[in-house]
Amino acid sequence: MAQFSLPKNSTIDKKAGKVFKSPGAKKPKSFKIYRYDPDTGANPRVDTYEIDMAACGPMVLDALIKIKNEVDPTLTFRRSCREGICGSCAMNIDGTNTLACIKGCDEVKGDVAIYPLPHMPVVKDLVPDMTHFYAQLASIEPWLKTDTPAPTRERLQSEDDRAKLDGLYECILCACCSTSCPSYWWNSDRYLGPAILLQAYRWLVDSRDEATGQRLDELEDPFKLYRCHTIMNCTKTCPKGLNPAKAIAETKKMLVARTV
Amino acid sequence: MSYRSPLGHARGLGSAKQGTHHFWVQRVTAVALIPLTLWFVFSLARLPSADFDAVTWWVAAPSVAVALMLFIGCALYHSLLGVQVVIEDYVGSEGTKIVALLLSKFVHVVAGVAGIFAVLKIALA
Repeated sequence: MAQFSLPKNSTIDKKAGKVFKSPGAKKPKSFKIYRYDPDTGANPRVDTYEIDMAACGPMVLDALIKIKNEVDPTLTFRRSCREGICGSCAMNIDGTNTLACIKGCDEVKGDVAIYPLPHMPVVKDLVPDMTHFYAQLASIEPWLKTDTPAPTRERLQSEDDRAKLDGLYECILCACCSTSCPSYWWNSDRYLGPAILLQAYRWLVDSRDEATGQRLDELEDPFKLYRCHTIMNCTKTCPKGLNPAKAIAETKKMLVARTV
Repeated sequence: MSYRSPLGHARGLGSAKQGTHHFWVQRVTAVALIPLTLWFVFSLARLPSADFDAVTWWVAAPSVAVALMLFIGCALYHSLLGVQVVIEDYVGSEGTKIVALLLSKFVHVVAGVAGIFAVLKIALA
């Protein structure tokens, strides 16, 4: 359901932002970070942290960890692998959804603006509520389905069929793509969004799966699938260089193929 | 506050098991509109004059009348499908959405019938 006006408690209080200076820094760089604490009842604010890049790792995540360790322990964010494979530190950096751990601070000219993934409920600071996103993933049943009795050894797959999964299996479900999609912003209650649709396609093209028709039945819906208008934000923003828009287009082609 | 599970909420009312026809027809009418629109624009531009007699004489030719009716039908069908998507995208409340969808259908059908009737009237006069 499209909602264009922000709820009252979500507009940013421009006067409330705190500034943390770093006197004597050799290579100062400022990070403007979205702060929201539901316990205080206050509106969100943007705090400014000046960091000495001469004493900080190169990535945005390094700066966030330095801020949390040395400047402000109340700063809240998710992180785990620090090498772009877990998807925990997905956030909006310099206006683009990406992973803080593989985004270099020097890629951003001037101050680095950091916000949580857009249009998601915020739990605290840079931590969005992913409950609905994960439930949508579960709803497409992302596992192998077969009726043929399981073989006594591994299920065989030709090299060509295996190659069809390239560009799909690498998805780490960071949600950068879905939260960059205007259709997902307006209609995420019903639209599955690019990340989940790419996962759905990953099982549609798996030569070992026997539920292709059933999966297509479940996807054929004006809202679940057809809210995709090929805006391409998903492909542009994907920190792993994947192409969810193409996966969705291929799904639409499969649906047409079974009618004509 | 709802105690519905996240999965129950995500599944919602399930799949409508339709939408492909809408998607396909939108593409088919788009392709059909490429030659039809080019023909329409160039034909109008090449009319010797734009006065009433010249235009009605042009419309009355059987091949022109048939092409014009195809153009009107395709353009309005394509527009109907497109406007439907815009309304579904941006209109939040269910009541307003249904009213807007019905209104759009009504306007498109009336425009289509009126356009085709106008061409027939000239062509068969």
